[in-house]
Amino acid sequence: MSKVYIALQDNDESRYIVEAIEEDNPDVTVIHQPAMIRIEADNFLAVKRATVEEKMGRDWDVQELHLNMITIGGNVDEDDEQITLTWNS
Amino acid sequence: MPVHAITPDYKGEVKDRFENFHGNQVVYVGWDHHLMFCAAFAYPLPPETTFRTLRDDVMPEAFSLHPEWDKINWETTTWLLDGEPFVPQLDVSLKDQGIGHKSLLRFQTPELKGYKSAGV
Amino acid sequence: MAAKKLNIKDKYRLLTRDLDWEFSYRDRKKAFPFEEFEGIKITDWSKWEDPFRLTMDAYWKYQAEKEKKLYAIFDAFAQNNGQLNITDPRYVNALKIFLTGVSPLEYQAFQGFAHTGRQFGGVGARVACQMQSIDELRHVQTQVHAMSHYNKFFDGLQDWSHMHDRVWYLSVPKSFFNDARAAGPFEFMVAIGFSFEYVLTNLLFVPFMSGAAYNGDMATVTFGFSAQSDEARHMTLGLEVIKFLLEQHEDNVPIVQKWIDKWFWRGTRLLTIVAMMMDYMLPNKVMSWKEAWEVYFEEAGGALFKDLARYGIRMPKYADVIEKEKEHISHQAWWTFYTHGHAAGFHTWIPTDEELDWLSEKYPDTFDKYYRPRWELAKEMEAKGERFYTKALPQLCTTCQIPMLFTEMDDPSQTCYRDSVYEGERYHFCSDGCKDIFDDEPEKFVQSWLPVHQIFQGNCGGPGVEDILRDYYQMNLGADNMDIKGSPDETRWKEWKKGVA
Repeated sequence: MSKVYIALQDNDESRYIVEAIEEDNPDVTVIHQPAMIRIEADNFLAVKRATVEEKMGRDWDVQELHLNMITIGGNVDEDDEQITLTWNS
Repeated sequence: MPVHAITPDYKGEVKDRFENFHGNQVVYVGWDHHLMFCAAFAYPLPPETTFRTLRDDVMPEAFSLHPEWDKINWETTTWLLDGEPFVPQLDVSLKDQGIGHKSLLRFQTPELKGYKSAGV
Repeated sequence: MAAKKLNIKDKYRLLTRDLDWEFSYRDRKKAFPFEEFEGIKITDWSKWEDPFRLTMDAYWKYQAEKEKKLYAIFDAFAQNNGQLNITDPRYVNALKIFLTGVSPLEYQAFQGFAHTGRQFGGVGARVACQMQSIDELRHVQTQVHAMSHYNKFFDGLQDWSHMHDRVWYLSVPKSFFNDARAAGPFEFMVAIGFSFEYVLTNLLFVPFMSGAAYNGDMATVTFGFSAQSDEARHMTLGLEVIKFLLEQHEDNVPIVQKWIDKWFWRGTRLLTIVAMMMDYMLPNKVMSWKEAWEVYFEEAGGALFKDLARYGIRMPKYADVIEKEKEHISHQAWWTFYTHGHAAGFHTWIPTDEELDWLSEKYPDTFDKYYRPRWELAKEMEAKGERFYTKALPQLCTTCQIPMLFTEMDDPSQTCYRDSVYEGERYHFCSDGCKDIFDDEPEKFVQSWLPVHQIFQGNCGGPGVEDILRDYYQMNLGADNMDIKGSPDETRWKEWKKGVA
């Protein structure tokens, strides 16, 4: 097992994104560091548009994630519905 | 292949050839297990410089800041020249005893353990 | 009926691959002359796809938003005298290193990706390189803008571009990028796009920037995270290019492995300076270099290499040495700068007693044994009014150009010396890693512009060290260099903070 991760700037938008990630990926670990939030999971993590929209109460394009993302680890796949991070191990 | 270049038979310009140092050669001197000095020192010196001049006139300026410098017994100090054991001849020039351009001299003083015996 | 919105997969196809064209009357090989000499075999460029599927229209939209946010914060920072909110003036010295050592690399990356993008025959990779090239230009610009505010109040930030080209320790980052840019486009991608971006910039931009936040530097954390939001895309480009090369042809595997070995080693050497910034230059500490290394290199890099094992790629050579080095390099580097504080374009200092204790706690196996005694010696000398400044120039490694300050990792009180003789000339190295790189391409590295040798050759003015610092490096002597104690930076800070508890 390897850890995929995503780190987001600690701000109001990210707060909803983190809530959505936690709901869709129940086994993630959320780590708060100065000015940033790091979320780790074993081998797979997804950020889903529908869940983020529900948390934010507005339309949200998956590509908007770029505005608050600091770093990622894992193979990326993005489409209109979600972005996923995966390690094949 | 000495380089992976798009130009066939590419040759680099040797920046540090002896000829570029206006008659000097570069000699490096390091004191083993004495890391108060973060690295060996580099000296540009005429190849005719004697070892005595190097040791007694050139080296002290920087090395003598070490609290153990005055305790060195040069009679028992051992040397390495480019990694090989070496016995310096004090009144012979660098060139004539095989200390070449960009040679590294290291000396060992095993009885001196460095500041607080920590290899500093 | 309203026009249907394109989904991002279709949009990506239309705005990247469908923009390419066939070469009907020109020789394709002449259009992409750099594509073959490195030995990399590409059979089908269309297999390359950006997994973010970012197209230029979306790129401009989101980058513009990032810039607006960033510059609003810069304005607020300047209007509210943000420079007074940092922990203490020692912190700004890390920014001086950043501006003179790192920001110019962003510019080199801009140039490198523009060239590389032009030379790739595949349109998907070309578009991604174009975006990265523009990103890198944005990074240097935003960093200069952010730090221009500090330049109004602190020394050492006034001539960063000139210094990058000339100052002895800045030849380390400069030559690193020169090496990558002088290579072919595929090696450049493995060097910068993969090795540097995927593992190593994380160490620079994530824990260090988090440290900037923790030290009250709103401007830096903001440009850092804004830049890093682009890095997430760069990392993905780097990883996709590696996977693409490995999938295209089995003959690519050993070539890519050799580049990984070279560039991870070069990268870890370059990051020595970040190690020192984290352990010694942040008054409020977020995590030690060793801890950052474990998270971002060992854990993240380990996961990456496990993932790549299916292609026959193994961990970079000397990973075992690299693992031991995390205990040592920050201490060895800060000692080097402390003892060369008269020749540096920033201030240095002895760590406070609390900081020494923090280092003991974070490095229980090495700090008290090997490094605390150095600071005790420095304190003794300072108390006698003989602040230690070394009096001769150091021997440099021909490959990484760092003074030969690294020790044998199994004997940390002994300098590590390696050498090679090539065509009658002797060359010195700080490590087996740097020696291997030279031995593989001596015709490249015989050209190393080693600052100490250049001084001896009379190419940097002089002959005195002060003349070189003042006239050739353009440092303001007595202001930019020397210990923080008694510096104009410190004096001004105390003046500003007078009456503040």
